[in-house]
Amino acid sequence: MAKRSIPEVNAGSMADIAFLLLIFFLVTTTIEQDNGITRKLPRWEEVPPPNPPVIKKKNIFTVVVNKNDQMLVEDELMELKDLKKAAMEFIDNGGGTSAEGEKCDYCQGARSAESSDHPAKAIIALKNERETTYSTYVSIQNELGAAYTELRNREAVRMYGAGNTYTVMNAIYKDPKVKDESLKEKLKTRLDKLKNMYPQIISEAESKSN
Amino acid sequence: MAKFKKKKDGELPQASTAALPDIVFMLLFFFMTVTVMKDSSLLIENKLPAADDIEKLDRKNDKVMYIYAGKPSKEYIAQFGSEAVIQLNDKIAKPSELKQFIHSEIALRDEAIVPFMVTALKVDKNTNMGLVSDIKQELRKENMLKISYLSVKPAQ
Repeated sequence: MAKRSIPEVNAGSMADIAFLLLIFFLVTTTIEQDNGITRKLPRWEEVPPPNPPVIKKKNIFTVVVNKNDQMLVEDELMELKDLKKAAMEFIDNGGGTSAEGEKCDYCQGARSAESSDHPAKAIIALKNERETTYSTYVSIQNELGAAYTELRNREAVRMYGAGNTYTVMNAIYKDPKVKDESLKEKLKTRLDKLKNMYPQIISEAESKSN
Repeated sequence: MAKFKKKKDGELPQASTAALPDIVFMLLFFFMTVTVMKDSSLLIENKLPAADDIEKLDRKNDKVMYIYAGKPSKEYIAQFGSEAVIQLNDKIAKPSELKQFIHSEIALRDEAIVPFMVTALKVDKNTNMGLVSDIKQELRKENMLKISYLSVKPAQ
């Protein structure tokens, strides 16, 4: 008996099926990267601590935003574009000594007796109302964060040479593609040192009702 | 008698398309591996505020928890009103439901990852801070202190 020939399966429509699947995945998926301003919230206390530490008024930089998105900085009306400079002058003042009694030898501020003693003591107090717009709040947080970043960048360049800014080193440190552990270790000590020089202290009061 | 048929002049051989499915499958697998499924569809308006001092959010190990807020989209105004609301996963929620949501999100994850969890706030830029403060308060009560205000780079 003659061998029965097996008919070949027609694979002509295979491409169509694959294309259909491909287009489905193209439509349903998104390639997006989230960027954001990272902050740490204060711990929740059921009862406020009995003896809150006394903080000198000159070590507090108050920023108040009202419901019309106007900003009061140290009791004076200020535009958003001037906030970063004012915050930097306050943090970098270095008029006195830190809690350990050390002078701020890297500060380049005015060393005024009216402004903050030491970057480690300088507190930025941010207060907003419930009706404040979120975008205003975020742009203020952004400017305050940028003030710290700029000061850290300045010190990084001074200590580690041009190009080694805080921003650049932080990006390399956070990059999951960089596998060099010794480099990461080195960057971590540098970053921690910079963060120690200019610690980010932004305190937020609970927003007032009405 | 000629053994081979003489080709007619000028006739081109047909291009083989047999490899086409393989190429397309290769593309398909590429997209399947590099992309992530969008997990929740938005019932609210969600235009993020602009900021430039921002950091990339590390989404490794599933340590990011998302909370959305904003005014309901046009088609949901009748259902949820025009005031800004919170969206958790696929549902509109009240601030009082946040506690339960945080607990369920923690339960979903590995115990070792919980201390490193970050809460990403995807809040519409026209929302009032009151709602955001409520969310922050609940997060503080549940000891989820790392947050990120998601924003976009401003257009130059």
